[in-house]
Amino acid sequence: MIATEQHIDSKLIRILEKVSDPEIPVLSIMDMGVVRSAIIENDIVKVQITPTYSGCPAMDVIGDDIRKALKEAGYKSEIELILSPAWTTDWITTRGRKALENYGIAAPLDAEADKDVLLRGKKIVKCTHCGSTNTRLVSQFGSTACKAQFQCNDCQEPFDYFKCLK
Amino acid sequence: MNNNIYKYILSIADNSLILGQRMGELCGHGPSLETDIACTNISLDLFGQVRSYYQYAAKIAGDERSEDDIAMLRKERDYLNVLLVEQPNTDFAYTMARQFLFDVYHFLFLQELQKSIDLTLSAIAVKSLKEVSYHQRFSSDWIKRLGDGTEESRQKMQEAINTLWTYTEELFHQTEADKAMVAEGIGVDVTKLKDAYYSKVNNILEEATLTIPESKYFQKGGKQGIHSEHLGFLLTELQYMQRVYPNMEW
Repeated sequence: MIATEQHIDSKLIRILEKVSDPEIPVLSIMDMGVVRSAIIENDIVKVQITPTYSGCPAMDVIGDDIRKALKEAGYKSEIELILSPAWTTDWITTRGRKALENYGIAAPLDAEADKDVLLRGKKIVKCTHCGSTNTRLVSQFGSTACKAQFQCNDCQEPFDYFKCLK
Repeated sequence: MNNNIYKYILSIADNSLILGQRMGELCGHGPSLETDIACTNISLDLFGQVRSYYQYAAKIAGDERSEDDIAMLRKERDYLNVLLVEQPNTDFAYTMARQFLFDVYHFLFLQELQKSIDLTLSAIAVKSLKEVSYHQRFSSDWIKRLGDGTEESRQKMQEAINTLWTYTEELFHQTEADKAMVAEGIGVDVTKLKDAYYSKVNNILEEATLTIPESKYFQKGGKQGIHSEHLGFLLTELQYMQRVYPNMEW
């Protein structure tokens, strides 16, 4: 099935918002944009989730956490993993981007700026500790596949940057 | 079961599995912490893609076999990956040269696979392409850094490129299953990717001040299950747990 938009039953939003990304606990899976649909059919909640990256090890945990949260709210559920349309960092909500920054992960830039940063060494990414843009790329892959590792030239602190995925 | 499409899916997925295993071997052994993490992240991406392909292949097979059976319980001759990806991590120059020579192909291949009339393969291609574009950037960057680096790093990278060059043409070799899949609009005509591939590879090599190998001698066989001696050793490690403790889960 191809779901181009999110279809979430309004009764389920609150429940799903409480499920957090296991790797970034401050971030709800709803703000991450990985829940593509959640509808109630014959008393069963059918949820479709999509991975951020193919190999994202968090998907199984996210599925289990959703099932548990829905069970606590009195729902039976079926979780389906879908690949299309492919997840993009554009689906991270404004609240999600803020949560990332507060957690110490710089939010993704747009595709062109992302290339400027990762390929041309431009200083655009803001340090999540001191706010300086005098930062440099340490590695294109950080603590997880979705992030790159940066260091601030001013305060010297390392931090992660969430790479743009379009 | 449609044997052609089953084999076709394995021939795509096996490349990612075997290369993923090679990159995973660097876990804890990378030349620096950052590159170690990068290599294992690339490995993780490839394994993630492999799961999507094998799950689909298992569905097409329609019998008892699972994605894990396909990954872990085949014999050497049943793996259909190209010879390039099974070549060992001789040194970091080899590891990056192998990655680069595959990434450029992988990117071009997935771009075309996106157009497949098979919606599952097309969806996997769209998803994987985003990841592979980062792999390609990473490996191309290392080709340039080592090629245009010190005298020693240049020499090592040149040697790696020269040695691995012999495995590049197999990427564009079509098997019977390939041809059948192209005719049905499911598969990618790899012969059409060749010019774009060598042009891209040669550009990066030139930028890295490396010499483009002139060798006209190429090896093939992996796509038919005829592998170099290295694959057996790799599979021994990959399959060990499932062979010794059948059906073990964690």
